[in-house]
Amino acid sequence: MVNVSSTTWFLPVRPWINDVKSVLRSLRLSLAPLVLLAVLLAIWEIYSRSSTIGDNVLPPFSRVLTAGWADRQSLWENTVPTVREVMIGFAVSVAFAFVISVLLDLSPRANRAVMPLLIGSQTVPLVVLAPLFVIWFGFGFLPKILLVTLVTFFPVVVGLVDGYASTERDAVTLLRTMGAGKVSVFTLVRLPSALPGFFTGLRIGITYAVVAAIFAEYAGAVSGLGVYIRGASGSFRTDLVLAGVVVAALITLGLYGLTIVVQRLCMPWYAASRKVLE
Amino acid sequence: MNRGIAVDALTKAYGDLDVLNGLNLHVDRGEFVSILGPSGCGKSTLLSVLTGIESADSGSIAIDGQGLAGSGSPFAWMPQTDVLLPWRSVSDNVALGYQVAGGVRKSQARKQAGELLGTFGLREFADSHPYQLSGGMRQRVALARTIAQGRDILLLDEPFGALDAITRTELQLWLDQIWGRERFTVLLITHDVREAVLLSDRIYVFSERPARVVGEFDVPLERPRTMSMLAGDQAKQLELDLLRALHVGSGDAP
Repeated sequence: MVNVSSTTWFLPVRPWINDVKSVLRSLRLSLAPLVLLAVLLAIWEIYSRSSTIGDNVLPPFSRVLTAGWADRQSLWENTVPTVREVMIGFAVSVAFAFVISVLLDLSPRANRAVMPLLIGSQTVPLVVLAPLFVIWFGFGFLPKILLVTLVTFFPVVVGLVDGYASTERDAVTLLRTMGAGKVSVFTLVRLPSALPGFFTGLRIGITYAVVAAIFAEYAGAVSGLGVYIRGASGSFRTDLVLAGVVVAALITLGLYGLTIVVQRLCMPWYAASRKVLE
Repeated sequence: MNRGIAVDALTKAYGDLDVLNGLNLHVDRGEFVSILGPSGCGKSTLLSVLTGIESADSGSIAIDGQGLAGSGSPFAWMPQTDVLLPWRSVSDNVALGYQVAGGVRKSQARKQAGELLGTFGLREFADSHPYQLSGGMRQRVALARTIAQGRDILLLDEPFGALDAITRTELQLWLDQIWGRERFTVLLITHDVREAVLLSDRIYVFSERPARVVGEFDVPLERPRTMSMLAGDQAKQLELDLLRALHVGSGDAP
């Protein structure tokens, strides 16, 4: 007779050991790009110190850091509004993308009508709309939110729609044989199946979001990193321009990391199941 | 009128393509019946008609002599691939059957799933996720989910077809053991002759498309079944008869 409750088919998982291992592994993996980055920065440092190139053309990296630190008060005051624009604009974008993606998923006809227009809309370089938004909506908060939303909407909605389409066909059939309606099929299978695609869209979107916010500020704003960089550039403080760029990069990196943390929290099964498949 | 499911003169065509052509079969309550057919015999069409995904052009399905009349399909489908949802734990996957097909509230469905896993000897895996299980274990969970639907008849669609030979045999014997205890009404679709002999009370042999019944065989073996029974004369003769019927059905010389 077959032993029904044998454990030999079960892969034993010791969570904490795997956590430690995965942290060590990701450290090892992130070491290589860090070393490369350090080498590039060192080359920059040596070049700008040894050549006759002026500090207002290319200051050494160390000066970018010290000048940025000295001006930290102003940098911080301009970072806060940019981050706020990115967060709110992105939140609006995700909420809007979700609603649209649900409508597109529930109605194939709407999908056929709307998707080509959505893809077509991407041929417009959206950031160049920034000056137009200033004319229409002024120097305030609104045009920045609008631009961030517009720019990040597309990757998020495409990630969701593609995610729905990646649902296993048999899973949908199974639920239908159980008597599930359209809405149940959507919430029980299609939406969870779309999560990996959604997070891919989210990661792409968040990197666009910071660029869009800074561009909107360039076009006209009272404060923000775009304003800071533009002001520093106007007074030939190349070191401060670069300090602004460094902060923008750090914001993007931080938000990108945040999406990965959220992804881990939302679908812990995903990373783990991929590890088993490897 | 015998108790159980009766399929009468079921016909279905897609345009000019006849897929089911006046198909008759019946499954008594507590009976284990197999459909043995070549690939492409219109099996998936039969499945979608039986499970209510599609409707037949003509013919009827009756349960205990009563027409279905919009009360939904009496079949609980178990697909070839386990289709366990990776984001749900084992017990939540089983609970899906109670929840969706049975209309039970989520907390209640979970409780019932836990009890069912217990009777299946799967209790220790209740909180695992599907990726932590082997193919054989996943298929056991899938069977539990099928039973959790609380339907009259289990429609097993080549449930072990994707497994390796050793695991397949193991699961066949396990299914026989469970069936011996619970006496579900089962309609198994397979193209594995030995599987049909090992598990069934009765076997229908289907022709190639358009599908019709070309043979009906009783399995004269005792329960519970063992592998050694397959080596006996009765089983050998039955296997031979089945193979012959299959070849006649597909137009080849025997």
